[in-house]
Amino acid sequence: MRQDLTQILSWIKSGTRVLDLGCGDGEFLNELKKKSAIEGVGIEINQDDILRAIGKGISVIQQDVDEGLSNFSNLSFDTVVMAHAIQVVHFPDKVLMEMLRIGKEGIVTFPNFGHWRCRLYLAFQGRMPVSRFLPYDWYNTPNIHFCTVKDFEKLCASRDITIKSKSMIAGSKFSSFLASLWPNLFALTAIYRLAA
Amino acid sequence: MAEIFEASSVGIVEPQLAKFEESLALECGHILDSFELVYETYGSLNKNRDNAVLICHALSGNHHAAGFHSHDEERPGWWDEYIGPGKPINTKKFFVVSLNNLGGCHGSTGPCSENPVTSKPWGNNFPSIRVKDWVQSQARLADRLNINSWAAVIGGSLGGMQVMQWAIDYPSRIRNALVIASALKLSAQNIAFNEIARQAILTDPGFAGGDYLNMKSAPETGLALARMIGHVTYLSDDAMASKFGRELRSGSFDDNLSDTIEFQVESYLRYQGRRFSGQFDANSYILMTRALDLFDLARDYNDNAVEAFSAAKCKFLIVSFTTDWRFSPSRSREIVEALIAAKQNVTYLEIQADEGHDAFLLPIPKYFQTMSAYMDGIEISLNS
Repeated sequence: MRQDLTQILSWIKSGTRVLDLGCGDGEFLNELKKKSAIEGVGIEINQDDILRAIGKGISVIQQDVDEGLSNFSNLSFDTVVMAHAIQVVHFPDKVLMEMLRIGKEGIVTFPNFGHWRCRLYLAFQGRMPVSRFLPYDWYNTPNIHFCTVKDFEKLCASRDITIKSKSMIAGSKFSSFLASLWPNLFALTAIYRLAA
Repeated sequence: MAEIFEASSVGIVEPQLAKFEESLALECGHILDSFELVYETYGSLNKNRDNAVLICHALSGNHHAAGFHSHDEERPGWWDEYIGPGKPINTKKFFVVSLNNLGGCHGSTGPCSENPVTSKPWGNNFPSIRVKDWVQSQARLADRLNINSWAAVIGGSLGGMQVMQWAIDYPSRIRNALVIASALKLSAQNIAFNEIARQAILTDPGFAGGDYLNMKSAPETGLALARMIGHVTYLSDDAMASKFGRELRSGSFDDNLSDTIEFQVESYLRYQGRRFSGQFDANSYILMTRALDLFDLARDYNDNAVEAFSAAKCKFLIVSFTTDWRFSPSRSREIVEALIAAKQNVTYLEIQADEGHDAFLLPIPKYFQTMSAYMDGIEISLNS
């Protein structure tokens, strides 16, 4: 189980309704269903992923988040989750606002582009960072909207989005300690719990 | 000749007839004192009787969904690609029931049956049938077979409408609803195509005001024309282009004798029309298209599909096809939208397919895999 998902699990109460944007093969919703009996709906565009989710008994709607979420009514979910997907959508700000229209709260996780390795890579290699976690070249990457922890918080502030809590994943214990002090430098993955 | 059947075929099947002596009150107000339904079954019912699947047919379908009636039958049932041992609707797991709907012309009570009052065929005096009536009569068949709850009810197009009606009218008797290439109601364009088809039949002198069975005539031309119109709307532009293009069946562009030129598509359509008019009853065709036109899931619920679906208890799988313009993906998305708003458990896929509306009958890989994955996930008792 991915670390960010473990953190999100702890934030979601049992018996609630959860919408997972970009749910992939339904792994997270499946864990969530097993651990806290939630009612989950996933949105996914990749049909092979949807087929795997169906195999897990997860209900998934084939839908492109970039084409809007107007088919979901206001506050129809307790939590709307978007794990490692905000960097692939065309309008992250609009999706964020939509999440907080549909859900009472939103949970977002993303890879922190401000991590020191990214900065060093760009500084010394002079090229867009490629790593184990972000294995794409700049021209074929689905990740079109990278941001840093600072960027994300600035966006939240500008849209009056409340950050209810956050958590940073950094790998080792020592890195995690550093990430708690300087998240923008040491967090690999940032996790935010948001409200309108 | 299908002398030896493949392991994935249900093989030889024999239609059965269920007679119902208890009267059936129809939506139109008419009461049918008694009626008969012809049906086939594939696979076997388990001890807990919880592995039964109902197949609802579309406009021109019938009870013969899988297998062969005899070794000489050229083609298997209309959904043989999907029903059989190891196929998506796996007869090793499920007990599959497929019937001919009331008002049909393949053995169930319909316009060709004898009207007990006149001792003559009903013809166009057969009462008007709605989707709701079909579902009610199917529930009677379920009672007869001692099936309290269907593991799944499955249908495409008009069949999908029956599936949705099942979910609403008998929420405790259906656990999974598979609605393929369907709609909450027909659009004006859709009704228009049905009306053209009906007019083709009604204006054929052989129709004789609907009394052709007594008059010993037949509206063959009208029914063939109706089928040709329908057929065009079931295919996509691309599918027709790749299947026929501008290929000629006879004649040549060189001799400038346009009279002799026959395009492949013309010949194909005429063949389809002729074949259909030999197999189908014109009054049944009118009745079925009328049922399609009149279906409106939300009508009894303040025109609110969300309210209509709110009583449903089953899981839903909704599937549409990219090039289907008769029941387009946006019609399916309306169903999905209403189900989401009604807080129902729904899965939706839009399958890339070139074949238009006809795609729902065909073994398109992603669609096939979807049906397999969904049906495999349905829980039933393991005793047999």
